[in-house]
Amino acid sequence: MLEVKNLNVFYGNIHALFDVSFKVEDGEIITLIGANGSGKTTTLHSISGIVPLKSGNVVYDDADITGIEPHKIVLGGLVQVPEGRRIFANLTVQENLEMGAYTRTDASEIKRDYDVVFTNFPRLKERRKQQGGTLSGGEQQMLAIGRALMSRPKLLLLDEPSMGLAPVLVDEIFEIIQQINKNGVTILLVEQNAYKALSIADRAYILETGRITMTGNAADLKNNESVKKAYLGG
Amino acid sequence: MTTKLRNFIILAGLSVIALVAVSLLIYVGVIDEYTAQILTLAGVNVIVALSLNLITGFTGQLALGHAGFMAIGAYAAAICVMHFHLPLFASLILGAFVTAIFGFFIGFPTLKLSGDYLAIVTLGFGEIIRVIMVNLKDLTGGAAGLKGIPSFTKDLTLQPTLSFTWVIAAMILVIVVMHNLLHSSVGRAIISIREDEIAANSMGINVFYYKMLSFTLSAFIAGLGGGLYATFFGYLNPTMFNFLKSCDFVIIVVLGGMGSITGTVISGFVLTYLQEFLRIMQDYRLVIYPFILLLIMLFRPQGLMGSHEFRLTSVFGPRAKRTAGGKEGV
Repeated sequence: MLEVKNLNVFYGNIHALFDVSFKVEDGEIITLIGANGSGKTTTLHSISGIVPLKSGNVVYDDADITGIEPHKIVLGGLVQVPEGRRIFANLTVQENLEMGAYTRTDASEIKRDYDVVFTNFPRLKERRKQQGGTLSGGEQQMLAIGRALMSRPKLLLLDEPSMGLAPVLVDEIFEIIQQINKNGVTILLVEQNAYKALSIADRAYILETGRITMTGNAADLKNNESVKKAYLGG
Repeated sequence: MTTKLRNFIILAGLSVIALVAVSLLIYVGVIDEYTAQILTLAGVNVIVALSLNLITGFTGQLALGHAGFMAIGAYAAAICVMHFHLPLFASLILGAFVTAIFGFFIGFPTLKLSGDYLAIVTLGFGEIIRVIMVNLKDLTGGAAGLKGIPSFTKDLTLQPTLSFTWVIAAMILVIVVMHNLLHSSVGRAIISIREDEIAANSMGINVFYYKMLSFTLSAFIAGLGGGLYATFFGYLNPTMFNFLKSCDFVIIVVLGGMGSITGTVISGFVLTYLQEFLRIMQDYRLVIYPFILLLIMLFRPQGLMGSHEFRLTSVFGPRAKRTAGGKEGV
């Protein structure tokens, strides 16, 4: 479904990604884990076209999407939930979801998708008329995911969905991610919470200062000694 | 849908009646010529301030050179009438189009970038336009200015009334167009850019396109305001369009509330009147003005209206749905 080949990204003179390559197959949950500044967000940004590539290719659904503008990439069903949620704080929950369906014109289908989002996130239904900025952190994350679902993604890029959330909410969000995956959406998940990410993912890639240093089944990596030491606290 | 249409018809009717009534009052002399002039000037200021609010308040891109756009519209319209002997209304529209073209070419390189670049570029642009107007002596009359721009009518007794009527009619038209635009899907895209550019982008919104649309339309409206200013005033001078003039519009927008059409209308009228009122203490105006702004920023940082709109439907009768159209006539 998605293949990234030899990505090289520079911020000014700083070489941020070194020949990053990986693959996401249909229906998988893939996670990229790594410490702060290891290039996880940069990788997602370069896939969705926000950050320009120095070299390398991004192939999505058998088409080369390298260098295509971000808003066009969304049309193909590759949707990113940006880091820090970035919901529209002054719009209501309902309006935020409407924005998610911006590229679509099928009114009756959109209506059905509201119901899908509201059954996934009953809390959002309760707060439909409330301004996005007044929601709690967990609810905002749910709204950000719900908004992305409104554009009917085939591949969802999630950037640090657990950021700043209480452990109970983290569990809830991860359950929802699994649920979304079961409904047929492929997921590329970027996380610092390596333990949770490895628990739900099929496969994982480990990023260190812009290079992929390890890859394998999530379950294997979870038991790998060096991974344990570096990311799972012993 | 039907209540929306009904509200719109009621409001349109009310605005037209109010406009005709005030025009008649000016004509028979109940409202004196001086007050009529202030009201007309306020109408022009509101038009230009609305155009600034479109790009700054609704799209979230700070622009500091709207006096420059106003100048282009004013001079272009005046030159069309005086040099090329085009009809007045055609000249006004043409002036607005010329301004929009300038807006397009300034927006193109700067709106690709996010941040404060637009503010810096428009600031410089406003000054450049002023200097060009001083030096293009053959067309603009240079520093001496352009005199004898034809008004809406040659009949001197009718002039104040007709200027008022046409300017306010144009203002109402601008309000209607902006209100409808902002409540369409285009408007939602524009507002989402103000809220969060990255999020808008990841929703599949072509951020650059909508910024360009908003900025070009903003320039068009500012140019229209400039043209009306020229015909109403009858005289143009480059110093009328200096940086302080651009600041005046920023002040109107901030005071009325970024992202509120009715807020801009209210603060436009209040501030224009205040400027005339403070004319007795000319030099202190620039002390009192910032002071008022300071007070507002301290006690009401979101401006008079915030991003809300004043709605007749919320004054009379039960609160209508958010989608129900509501504008302030005059």
